[in-house]
Amino acid sequence: MGASAAGKAEVAAGMAAAMPLALFVLLLLGPGGWCLAEPQRDSLREELVITPLPSGDVAATFQFRTRWDSELQREGVSHYRLFPKALGQLISKYSLRELHLSFTQGFWRTRYWGPPFLQAPSGAELWVWFQDTVTNVDKSWKELSNVLSGIFCASLNFIDSTNTVTPTASFKPLGLANDTDHYFLRYAVLPREVVCTENLTPWKKLLPCSSKAGLSVLLKADRLFHTSYHSQAVHIRPVCRNARCTSISWELRQTLSVVFDAFITGQGKKDWSLFRMFSRTLTEPCPLASESRVYVDITNYNQDNETLEVNPPPTTTYQDVILGTRKTYAIYDLLDTATINNSRNLNIQLKWKRPAENGYIHYQPAQDRLQPHLLEMLIQLPANSVTKVSIQFERALLKWTEYTPDPNHGFYVSPSVLSALVPSMVAAKPVDWEESPLFNSLFPVSDGSNYFVRLYTEPLLVNLPTPDFSMPYNVICLTCTVVAVCYGSFYNLLTRTFHIEEPRTGGLAKRLANLIRRIRGVPLL
Amino acid sequence: MAVSHCFSRAASAFTAVLLFSFGCVAASHIEDQAEQFFRSGHTNNWAVLVCTSRFWFNYRHVANTLSVYRSVKRLGIPDSHIVLMLADDMACNPRNPKPATVFSHKNMELNVYGDDVEVDYRSYEVTVENFLRVLTGRIPPSTPRSKRLLSDDRSNILIYMTGHGGNGFLKFQDSEEITNIELADAFEQMWQKRRYNELLFIIDTCQGASMYERFYSPNIMALASSQVGEDSLSHQPDPAIGVHLMDRYTFYVLEFLEEINPASQTNMNDLFQVCPKSLCVSTPGHRTDLFQRDPKNVLITDFFGSVRKVEITTETINLQQDSEIMESSYKEDQMDEELMEPLKYAEQLPVAQIIHQKPKLKDWHPPGGFILGLWALIIMVFFKTYGIKHMKFIF
Repeated sequence: MGASAAGKAEVAAGMAAAMPLALFVLLLLGPGGWCLAEPQRDSLREELVITPLPSGDVAATFQFRTRWDSELQREGVSHYRLFPKALGQLISKYSLRELHLSFTQGFWRTRYWGPPFLQAPSGAELWVWFQDTVTNVDKSWKELSNVLSGIFCASLNFIDSTNTVTPTASFKPLGLANDTDHYFLRYAVLPREVVCTENLTPWKKLLPCSSKAGLSVLLKADRLFHTSYHSQAVHIRPVCRNARCTSISWELRQTLSVVFDAFITGQGKKDWSLFRMFSRTLTEPCPLASESRVYVDITNYNQDNETLEVNPPPTTTYQDVILGTRKTYAIYDLLDTATINNSRNLNIQLKWKRPAENGYIHYQPAQDRLQPHLLEMLIQLPANSVTKVSIQFERALLKWTEYTPDPNHGFYVSPSVLSALVPSMVAAKPVDWEESPLFNSLFPVSDGSNYFVRLYTEPLLVNLPTPDFSMPYNVICLTCTVVAVCYGSFYNLLTRTFHIEEPRTGGLAKRLANLIRRIRGVPLL
Repeated sequence: MAVSHCFSRAASAFTAVLLFSFGCVAASHIEDQAEQFFRSGHTNNWAVLVCTSRFWFNYRHVANTLSVYRSVKRLGIPDSHIVLMLADDMACNPRNPKPATVFSHKNMELNVYGDDVEVDYRSYEVTVENFLRVLTGRIPPSTPRSKRLLSDDRSNILIYMTGHGGNGFLKFQDSEEITNIELADAFEQMWQKRRYNELLFIIDTCQGASMYERFYSPNIMALASSQVGEDSLSHQPDPAIGVHLMDRYTFYVLEFLEEINPASQTNMNDLFQVCPKSLCVSTPGHRTDLFQRDPKNVLITDFFGSVRKVEITTETINLQQDSEIMESSYKEDQMDEELMEPLKYAEQLPVAQIIHQKPKLKDWHPPGGFILGLWALIIMVFFKTYGIKHMKFIF
């Protein structure tokens, strides 16, 4: 019994291993087995664009495009090669015209990073154009979001009428469209949706080469999620098959954008390489791809006189106007055997070369009640520019005896000092201490091309939070009153002895007699 | 006489030997039959792994569930047969110093999240209602296949739950509870609908034994990490991550399972001994009275591993000829050829068209229901009070 169970398990494992192997062999034999090679109806192009950003970070954008020259609306399509079957069946079952689904974590900071290629909102976004043959769009939309939640392991099933809209002016189709009746468009965003490895895994499985060869070997979750921005998307749309645009092809684009932070991943240095970003290097192209390229943006930003050096040197470059500016890209073609030749792997390195810095900073932080802050900096200011220096400080509370009698006036911070050597327009002759007038001989100067000047800024008046000094008096008054009223009443009630008093029966005479008796000290009537 | 005596003795010895050998064969045949009775007889395995806790400080519950997920996948159950429910995301949590990882041992030795994880129910989807729907199969028709428990009467199911619990209940996401009675009823529904062959229920919470007290359906074996009145304790914190990484009971169960391979013969009695009081501080409990087989005959792999149905055939199968595929694709090519006029892409921002488009009027529906009834009432009262002859004042 044990042996048969072991045998079963081993055969099962062998079967499981043999299946992908058999598929792979079939895939390879497929094109080779035909003598008269009919061009394949689907093709794959993959590309990676590496863009060093002005803030020292680096952005990497992957795009995998599968184009299938077929009419998917017809029933009975069953031979899927590069186009994933899961998505192809979705298109035919729900009569989709376009599908755009993205999962994003983080926000693209255009101010620091420049314009993005394709931005997506944080969370999950799904917008779909249905064909005009669909009768009940809302029902198809609900079913579609449920199916997609199963495929991508995301909570897309929370998409319902409460978070779905039908935009009337934006989100025009990105693919071929003859008429655009917005009744067939649906849009929903789930901002709370988290994107993690469980969403990346099925996304990777849709790629023809999965994560085994080509650019997709770089897609490792532990590096891709350690980023400031991570966005993965699936876009399906119909495109023109040829220049005359008389037939339709289906295009599937899978895009993934990440931004690696200079401080978290790069340990503060701005030098990048594929290994440092992805902890992998490229070894071989995807055998099913017709094009497999890496583009590196080498447009020099020329900030601080830095130049970008790329290693290994590229064989070709590409220049074009992208998003409004002229950019230059270095191209590394993985299908070109010269790219990955002797070292068997391709690790693209980016280095910034900057000239030697000469600057000086001295900072001595304050110690409470002992010494103040001291900050000294030597800076070289570029001409015709504005330089701002800002310091963050915290306001602390003083002890109550340390306040001045007028604390609401504020506290003063001493003015800053600027000492500068200003180039002079006209060369001055050296100063003779005894001969020249007194106003000319304040500062000694070594040569006449500069003159020394010391400037001061205004003092700073800082409003510190001031406690209300009248509060102790108020508190004492209130407390004493409460104590006197409440406690006093209780004390009296508890400690006074009570005795019954007879009601008065007599009239005025009796009262008069009692008064006289009281004077005499004799018991009353 | 002596010869015949000898002969008879030899004959009797011979018959004795024959009878003995017959007896042996018969005995081994009976033994085989008896062994058949002790084998499980299941044909497929399923696992439902549930973590019910939200928030970063409950990292250890997610790590517990992922450790069991990892073991179960390693021993052969495929993702399509596992329903994994995680109530919060720890791996990509902004507080995680190592994103996309969940560790079970300190010093970050073992990443149980891995690279190939499929979470079926996540975040807000982990509710008592969804859990009971998964178990009983009463799922809305649009639920995708990966979120369904498609078990039949020959399935062995492993159910693992972890989180915060008390005497008779388990807390889901800090907002609702499932009681032991509801759970027992759900299992009874499963039994009546023949949704399982045998069921192993493991729970790692405080007072976990209270959750299996009320089971009454046959073929259920249950394990819990602590008895009623005891707390289940966590194992070790990691200073870099800042929270406790695992619970003790599941930590030692994971250690035990790491030594199991798909062919191993370890049985359930070993699993019962896994975490003695000296290591776990709480007393793990188990319940086997509803289970028909003896636990010492139940293999760990009956629940944690997977049976794959394999049929070995000797007949050859001819794959379809390539030329047939070529012909059909040629036909496809000819069929979708040449629309008359060229197609074009839509303009992304046609300002003139947008400005001049009229907003679509909503379809007018006649007032129904309540409003109609209210107006009818008002008119009836009016006419009752004033009479029909006053209608001329209205029109």
